[in-house]
Amino acid sequence: MWLDSVLFYAFAALILICAVLTITRRNVIHCAIWLIGALLGVAGLFLLQGAEFLAGVQVILYIGGVVVLYLFVIMLVPVSEEARQRRFANQKWLGLLAGLVLVGELGVLLSRGADALPIAEPVAPAALGEVGNNSEQVGEVLFSQYLLPFELASILLLVAIIGAVVMAKVRPETG
Amino acid sequence: MFPVTTAHYLVLSTLLLVIGTIGVLTRRNIIVILMSIELILNAVNINLVAFSNAVQNVNGQVFVIFVITVAAAEAAVALGILIALFRNKGTVHADEVDILRW
Repeated sequence: MWLDSVLFYAFAALILICAVLTITRRNVIHCAIWLIGALLGVAGLFLLQGAEFLAGVQVILYIGGVVVLYLFVIMLVPVSEEARQRRFANQKWLGLLAGLVLVGELGVLLSRGADALPIAEPVAPAALGEVGNNSEQVGEVLFSQYLLPFELASILLLVAIIGAVVMAKVRPETG
Repeated sequence: MFPVTTAHYLVLSTLLLVIGTIGVLTRRNIIVILMSIELILNAVNINLVAFSNAVQNVNGQVFVIFVITVAAAEAAVALGILIALFRNKGTVHADEVDILRW
């Protein structure tokens, strides 16, 4: 329990620091590297909460897939020229103000709803525990209760692949 | 140190979501805006897993898988659009792409 608290605060600090650095660094490659740190922190939180399968998915798919995709695209954009330009848009103070308002709103929401947070009586872990470990439980639910959304997600990925190729392709006739 | 509850995860996820929102609103580079969107989606994932853990129900984790799927699809399409944009306009800055502005 003591170790859980320490790990939570360590991962939370990692996530928040890396997230702030992600949105403030000038060099886009540095932004991507800090994004990896934030995503690793989230994967650590998943592990801490017993979602081992999701931690693996987070590392393999997000860090190994999405961030590498970002890095590939960054390589297609001249970074050296990029680094000398303004980082923030003209509406930066307005955006910061909107963010602070949002933090206030959500803070009020959380403090008002604090009583309701122990939302439900937790199901006894034995009820789920007999199914097996985390991956087995996720697989069981994913392929029975959520089979149709699962298939739709595969169609979505197919559409996204085709869309990305069509979008990024050089069309000779239009130059 | 007091034990970590679901509320701790909610506060963390709130802060991460707001950081992502500020990134979307203030940065000029479209690539960094897309990274901020990833941060927002991760804040949602933290929430889903925290509640999944709180009620000992694995459905929330299945939702996270779908969120990650949609995030991957979104990143692929958005970066494809970005490459096309850079080829046509020669810029990746959101405030320089204004030909639809009246």
